[in-house]
Amino acid sequence: MEEIKKTCLHDLHQALGAQMSPFAGWDMPIQYAGIEEEHRAVREACGVFDVSHMGEVNISGPDAEKLVNRLFTNDVAGAPVGQCFYGMMLHPDGGVVDDLLVYKRAADSFLLVINAANIAKDEAWILSNAEGYDVKVDLLSETTAELAIQGPKAESVVESVLGIPCADLAFYTFKELEVEGKPAIISRTGYTGEDGFELYAPAEVIRSAWQKLMASGEAAPCGLGCRDTLRFEVGLPLYGDELADDITPVEAGLSMFVKLDKTDMIGRDAVAAQKAEGPRRKSVGLELKDRAIPRHGYEVLDPEGNVIGHVTTGYHCISVDKSVAMALIDSRFAKQGTELQVRIRRKTFPATVVPKKFYKKSYKN
Amino acid sequence: MIYYSESHEYIRVEGEEGFIGISDYAQKQLGNVVYVDMPEEGDEITAGDDFGAIESVKAASDLIAPVSGEVLEVNTALEENPRLVNEDPMANWIIKVSIQDPSQLDSLMDEERYAAYCASLH
Repeated sequence: MEEIKKTCLHDLHQALGAQMSPFAGWDMPIQYAGIEEEHRAVREACGVFDVSHMGEVNISGPDAEKLVNRLFTNDVAGAPVGQCFYGMMLHPDGGVVDDLLVYKRAADSFLLVINAANIAKDEAWILSNAEGYDVKVDLLSETTAELAIQGPKAESVVESVLGIPCADLAFYTFKELEVEGKPAIISRTGYTGEDGFELYAPAEVIRSAWQKLMASGEAAPCGLGCRDTLRFEVGLPLYGDELADDITPVEAGLSMFVKLDKTDMIGRDAVAAQKAEGPRRKSVGLELKDRAIPRHGYEVLDPEGNVIGHVTTGYHCISVDKSVAMALIDSRFAKQGTELQVRIRRKTFPATVVPKKFYKKSYKN
Repeated sequence: MIYYSESHEYIRVEGEEGFIGISDYAQKQLGNVVYVDMPEEGDEITAGDDFGAIESVKAASDLIAPVSGEVLEVNTALEENPRLVNEDPMANWIIKVSIQDPSQLDSLMDEERYAAYCASLH
């Protein structure tokens, strides 16, 4: 077994008394004060996450745009430099290799931010597809650290505590700047459903930023525990739960991020065909009347008791005090209001199909 | 007399009956309890098998029966307010059972041994 990896902030998490746990090969903080406290800090004020485990790949060169648009489902052509895009990389059959953010740094340079669990797979996928293209592929995961500063007060915290001007950034845009003499990227992006920023920089810059934030007391240290409850509440997918090599964007309800008018894109035809026919499975929201919690992998049943799918993520939702889930089910049962059941250990509980947004996002535009 | 299992359930014995809950150590490890899945009155529980589950925000943990017996009562207050387990796990037991075979208590730990066991987990 490979040795577990540590981010550049590992010792600082331990010093704060964080509960650490392995995630995607990394020893990551799951919680400090507690998932609920951290969750509320992000919803109400500001929280900071060490997300240095995320992967980064830069694609540059004369064919960069062509290759990115072939690999990535959103359309990076024509957009201005400084734009961020959410989308996916697909297999030819439409299954999702990974979901990612793409940063357009120049007309011929793109930064791909990928999931930690998929770094090796994605790098191999990108490199194998880059053959024959006039591009330079830089694997930057080892040398790039990242913080996510999230919450309604994130803008003022980033500006006043870190001294990084960011009020001018619109949602899903970024800029490159020097922080403490080192190159950095700050974007108005996140994975919490709140306004917020992500800062990419070398380890020493990220360490210093983290220490400033802790010293200020204005950003609560937040672990991966609340990162998951926050993204879940606003219906954002997690690769490995809502997305996988055998789940398509149409099934996941993400086809708006697949630009089918692009002709040269891996997986395009499969997605177009599935969209035309309608998918057999669909990702839906489920709400339980009971307090029992539907967890990942639990079976979803029709009223007669036949298994029609499974829960992909479920929690007792922190912001709205309800047991809710996202589930991938037979699309014939996906209509809102449909009464279904979830098997939780030895019992089954009634569940109603509802929209996946359990809590309303509050982004700043 | 209170006995503890390695999976952190306690049983407080009163005559031929026992009150089963989770230890203070366990509630601290779990963090905020958000749901307790309990059996029903009249259900049989078997030593070493799960009789329910206790859930924090992030995970569900099985509740393992320290002894075999019949469920005489479930603590229905936990249905509406599972957090009582965090506030006072000893007062807020989960189920009351009849103890079928008191000799099963011999394989459990007393308070002192359990404290040493918890210390050994760090």
